[in-house]
Amino acid sequence: MNKLNFLQPDKNNLNTYLYTGVILVALSIFIVFLNSFFKKDLISFLPGTLSFFLPLILGFIGLHLIRIEYSGLKFLDSINKNINTNNFNAFLSLLIVFVVIKSLPPLLSWFILDANIAGDSKDVCTGTGACWTYIKIWFNRFMYGMYPNAEQWRINLSFIALAFLGTIGFFATEKFKKYLTLYYVVIYPVIAFFFIFFFISGGPIFFDFSYGIIAAVISVIIGFFIPSKFKMYYFIIVPITLYILLKYVFFYEELIELGKLEALEWVETGAWGGLSLTFIVSFFCLIFCFPIGLFLSLGRRSDFPIIKYFSIGMIEFWRGVPLITVLFMSSVMFPMFLPEDMFIDKLVRVIIAISLFEAAYVAEVIRGGLQALPRGQYDAAKSLGMGYWKMHILVILPQALKLVIPGIANTFLALVKDTPLIFVVGLLEIVGMLNLAKTNPEWLGFAMEGYVFASVLFFIICYAMSKYSYNLEQKYKTER
Amino acid sequence: MSDKIIQITEMNKWFGDFQVLKNINLEVEKNKKIVVCGPSGSGKSTLIRCINRLEEHQEGSIIVDGNELTADTKDIEKIRAEVGMVFQQFNLFPHLSILDNCTLAPIWVKKMPKKDAEDLAIQHLEKVQIADQANKYPGQLSGGQQQRCAIARALCMEPKIMLFDEPTSALDPEMIKEVLDAMVNLAKAGMTMIVVTHEMGFAKEVADEVIFMDEGMIVERAETKEFFANPRSDRTKLFLSQIL
Repeated sequence: MNKLNFLQPDKNNLNTYLYTGVILVALSIFIVFLNSFFKKDLISFLPGTLSFFLPLILGFIGLHLIRIEYSGLKFLDSINKNINTNNFNAFLSLLIVFVVIKSLPPLLSWFILDANIAGDSKDVCTGTGACWTYIKIWFNRFMYGMYPNAEQWRINLSFIALAFLGTIGFFATEKFKKYLTLYYVVIYPVIAFFFIFFFISGGPIFFDFSYGIIAAVISVIIGFFIPSKFKMYYFIIVPITLYILLKYVFFYEELIELGKLEALEWVETGAWGGLSLTFIVSFFCLIFCFPIGLFLSLGRRSDFPIIKYFSIGMIEFWRGVPLITVLFMSSVMFPMFLPEDMFIDKLVRVIIAISLFEAAYVAEVIRGGLQALPRGQYDAAKSLGMGYWKMHILVILPQALKLVIPGIANTFLALVKDTPLIFVVGLLEIVGMLNLAKTNPEWLGFAMEGYVFASVLFFIICYAMSKYSYNLEQKYKTER
Repeated sequence: MSDKIIQITEMNKWFGDFQVLKNINLEVEKNKKIVVCGPSGSGKSTLIRCINRLEEHQEGSIIVDGNELTADTKDIEKIRAEVGMVFQQFNLFPHLSILDNCTLAPIWVKKMPKKDAEDLAIQHLEKVQIADQANKYPGQLSGGQQQRCAIARALCMEPKIMLFDEPTSALDPEMIKEVLDAMVNLAKAGMTMIVVTHEMGFAKEVADEVIFMDEGMIVERAETKEFFANPRSDRTKLFLSQIL
């Protein structure tokens, strides 16, 4: 032991050092706390510079005194191990604690203490804090855009239904597990597509759609009780029969024409907006860009020159142009190439554009995974007589996709955060709505609240996604 | 004619400008066990990889069980299903359990019902004595166990020929024996085998014939006893003196 280092405590004089150290640290934190929360300066009698640095010095000495190699006290040891390993770490720890304490009061007062949420006009916002009234009043617009208020239940219902259908995987019995991939990759997106474009969009076509949904749901429910021998026939015959029954027997076409049954009001996609549009665009771009990217990545490694160079061309083109120009092209240039009488909805064009754009990134991420697999895996699969597709579906892709979950999640998060760019074609999702609202003459000057609100929403969405991807990673983790 | 299961005539293969196999002529009769040996880089592995067309040959012909290997892919998959292969690095599928490794190809390539495929897999896993590990994943097994599983996986396709590409080279000395035992049992059961190996003990015990390769050519081919007792070429003598 170095005797000269008299400040270095050891186990014998533990208590003396411990009490002194703890008191010093507590005192330093207390000083900063009082200063920050109650504007009381205990040490104001000291010269300015010294009073500024005194808490830091006190805390630093205190931490030094309690730095004991092994004290036997659980809490003390964990502090020493985690934030107090050496002088530099102790200094950084103190600094961080002080910064947090210092910055809490202003944040608290802006977010909560001085903020206003009551009332329904700008006038109630007199405090120095945030004006949550602004968010409250505009909440509907931020969520649904220009979608008519009376019809917003359709969006809610669709999202709830889709969320419910999305969780089916958790409840599936062993018997249905093997169909889950098919369900999530093919059936679910199709259902979602119909929901969004017929239910949220509305119009006369809604009836055909609702018959279809009712027929499908009823036949699936009955399907659970049908012996598997007849399932093939069952799932062809019953839904069609139900559909015809619904369409021609229970709800006469004439009734609709006479106006006794009214279709859902048609809401053009230009009126959609807010967070719901963020969800719609993100959702469809996610489910479309993944398969496209998958095929592009396989295509890029193909032996056929045409497929290979087509894939390379696609990937390099979409990676080489900025998203904002792609969106602009999709709305301005693309219609010029279409025949006169052909019309493709703006939202559809945007979704196609973003999907292709992100697909290029997904393709390169997946290609990384494919390259990480040892060549032996290909050899082994081939030597067992598997062809190209069997080899990829059964052996290569399950391993490669598992490897690239973090990369895919990265791309997907970026995609979600790219959706605000659709403002260039006049579609206003949540950030677009914010920009619209902040220029409203009655509500000038609340941009900050809006952006904070949007940030929190985006953070929640993205954090949930990243958590989910992490769960997937853990779930499919096997030793190599 | 009919008992010649592999016929290679005048076969040449290049990697770019480099000729790896030169004028290979080889006939293998049914139920024969052939050991291929030679220094590294002599083209042994490439030769047996050509037999199930994991590598393409550029000249000459390879006829496996009456089918000539050509660029026609449909045919290739059928032939590969009849030719089992065991690799130096095991190449088990790490995302599947041992049992699934064995049943994957029978179910998806041979369209065997799952139940039958599992019975068959268990049967073969028992033969190589790792049936008790069936539900583990490859990463949880030792090298020797993995290689035995790889043998069982190849056998589950009920191949007519088994190719072994240095099956013991990546193993600890202790584990080599268990793999060799499995291979000896397989040989005794009458499988047609082509084995690339440096295990001369195995060659002496099991092989009907030994082929010595150097620089892409078959230097010498002889009955096993003859090969070890009276090697004809100087190159073979040199090789044997170094490894025995």
